[in-house]
Amino acid sequence: MSEPKKVIMLGNEAIARGAYEAGVKVSAAYPGTPSTEISEYLVQYKEDLYCEWSPNEKVATEVAIGASVAGVRAMSCMKHVGFNVAADPAYTVSYMGVNGGLVIVVADDPGLYSSQNEQDTRMVARAAALPVLEPSDSQEAKDYMKMAFELSERFDRPFILRTTTRLAHSQGLVELMDRTEPEDKPYIKDIRKTVMMPGNAKPRHVEIEKRNLELAKAADTLSVNRVEMKNTEIGVITSGIPYQYVKEALPEASVLKLGMVNPLPRKMIEEFASKVDTLYVVEELEPVIEEQVKSWGIAAVGKEIFTIQGEYSANMLRRAILGEEPSAAEPATVPGRPPVLCPGCPHRSVYYVLNKLKLHAAGDIGCYTLGAVAPLSVVDTTICMGASISSLHGMEKAKGKDYIKNWVAVIGDSTFLHTGVNSLMNMMYNRATGTVIILDNSTTGMTGHQDHAATGKTLQGDPTYAIDIPALCRAIGVKHVTEVNAFDLETLERTVKEETARDEVSVIITKTPCVLLSKAKKPLYTVHEDRCRKCGMCMKPGCPAMTKNADGTVYIDDTMCTGCGLCESLCKFGAIELVKEENR
Amino acid sequence: MAVKNIMIVGVGGQGTLLTSRILGGLAIAGGYDVKLSEVHGMAQRGGSVVTFVRYGEKVAEPVVEEGQADVIIAFEQLEALRYAHFLKKDGALIINDWKIDPMPVVTGAAQYPEHIIENLKEKYKVYTVNATEEAKKLGNSRVFNLIVLGIAAQHMDFSKEQWYNVIEHTVPQKTIEINKKAFDVGFEL
Repeated sequence: MSEPKKVIMLGNEAIARGAYEAGVKVSAAYPGTPSTEISEYLVQYKEDLYCEWSPNEKVATEVAIGASVAGVRAMSCMKHVGFNVAADPAYTVSYMGVNGGLVIVVADDPGLYSSQNEQDTRMVARAAALPVLEPSDSQEAKDYMKMAFELSERFDRPFILRTTTRLAHSQGLVELMDRTEPEDKPYIKDIRKTVMMPGNAKPRHVEIEKRNLELAKAADTLSVNRVEMKNTEIGVITSGIPYQYVKEALPEASVLKLGMVNPLPRKMIEEFASKVDTLYVVEELEPVIEEQVKSWGIAAVGKEIFTIQGEYSANMLRRAILGEEPSAAEPATVPGRPPVLCPGCPHRSVYYVLNKLKLHAAGDIGCYTLGAVAPLSVVDTTICMGASISSLHGMEKAKGKDYIKNWVAVIGDSTFLHTGVNSLMNMMYNRATGTVIILDNSTTGMTGHQDHAATGKTLQGDPTYAIDIPALCRAIGVKHVTEVNAFDLETLERTVKEETARDEVSVIITKTPCVLLSKAKKPLYTVHEDRCRKCGMCMKPGCPAMTKNADGTVYIDDTMCTGCGLCESLCKFGAIELVKEENR
Repeated sequence: MAVKNIMIVGVGGQGTLLTSRILGGLAIAGGYDVKLSEVHGMAQRGGSVVTFVRYGEKVAEPVVEEGQADVIIAFEQLEALRYAHFLKKDGALIINDWKIDPMPVVTGAAQYPEHIIENLKEKYKVYTVNATEEAKKLGNSRVFNLIVLGIAAQHMDFSKEQWYNVIEHTVPQKTIEINKKAFDVGFEL
């Protein structure tokens, strides 16, 4: 046999590869950083498996459960907060167990690179009695994915594969193997296992706790958990990416590396603890391992010296454990560079109008959350997917319809289909009067442009029915549904004024595609400095392609301008003009 | 070989991911263990972004920490200043002489620091080029990152052929020639 092929892979790509090699037949997901790329890489194997974008994580997980019941290996993927949406099926499929192996991939985000909170999936997994594997590099991401399916079938448990941003978005070398497709499991009708009504769920709860105990026992000998015995002065229990920081900072320490973080291998931990002088537990976020270890009467050092916030690092461990200060220059004091809406983003235009009308917006999850910061400063709340519409409704019920005349809800097209649609039903049902703006940019933007149920294309690239969002709103009962081009400032302003004044629910759909969707060469604007009156109007929407010169005139960066024309339509002096094609 | 630590810093959308793919490909071609760590998601929307590339005999963590970088490739001045303290004592700091105002500067809430390059030169080994202007001369302002990479190549141990080979396998077919030309501009500076 020839040497296995080694390639460099993103953690998420390796997870997709692991699923492929494990013989997965069905995968469903909703995009969410840092989990999105798993599905985007999985689709390259579409000849051998089926994968889809579902409208939300609950749907995706139920799709995977159905496939497992039918007897094939199946998975769903999501970010940590998406797992909250999927919690309902997840908690109960834990009772059901599996037919074909079932894995839920959940990506946590310590350090909040692209999230609204820093929750720890291992805590949810413990509450749901779901076993968890946690890899620490790309190779393990692939290997553990395969192991998760094997263990899932062997112990009749759905498994969680937990990753974090640093693993999901790091690349490392991976040995490729062939796909092995296990035979489909026969479907044998057994409602005691698949109909979770009280009389069935009660004995299943007993059964799965028994299974978890068996799994915990097996964990003592599973190859994913391993002891690396070296100097015994310092012993460290760790898992996932923090394992790499431990190896970097404490190359001579003894390490118990946990590949399975729920349930824990108690015997293995007790033995390891007895052999080292000082035991540390190094885990990002919550003290999940530490609290269990301590509850067994084992002395260990953990969150007394390590934080529960953010990412760890080797330098952090050197400071906390060794008292060593790494030698490095002092960091300079520099202005921050927070993310911004791209040049040419249609959301900027909408927010410019909302800002001008002094409106507040109940916001949602997506690029448009960035409308919260100066100079747009329109978005006042951001909670979770779909919450814009329902929280606006709550404000109205608290303070009456006049109170929300200077409020709107803003939500993206993908987010509207995710859970926003439920909230709009609620507004109609419960006699609301608010205004909802659907910022329809024809894609799932923030996560890097994924299709959804209204784009007319599936994850596998097939053409499909595109949900008609205006028709959907009308079907729910909204009488006032208006579509406006996001860059048509005049119509947009008039529409927003009219609709917010109305004592009925209205939906305004600003339908303008994300500027990054089209790769075609874009128009370009330039400033005629002689005509510029330095009034600053064009700078109001905060386009990153525009800067002020020392003399107060404005300069447009031609490497960044995408030619949306928003600045031109704001200039009263004709100082901003389209650059003619022949002059470029 | 001791692990070599490279960082690429810039503004989301400047093409740091392409650059790191080239460096990753190079390390593999050299037969090294390699790990890369990059930023996806929200920060890519015009935020400060950093990519780490580590290669050598055996690499553990995928990130470069303060005081450890052999080479920092900065696509923008302010980002060079933000991450300069990640450099090793004798590390090389390669700066694209280009400014992009961050939003706090655009709104007037903060000032873009003055004399960044001069100040950094007092503390670090600094190499600068106005790669964005040079790239425009080549006819495509987007290939500026290959010019900066060309300078970085002078501080790394790969042959020009190895670089060419990886560039050919990484950039889109249609842009191979212009990207190689851009690399040459930096490599010969």
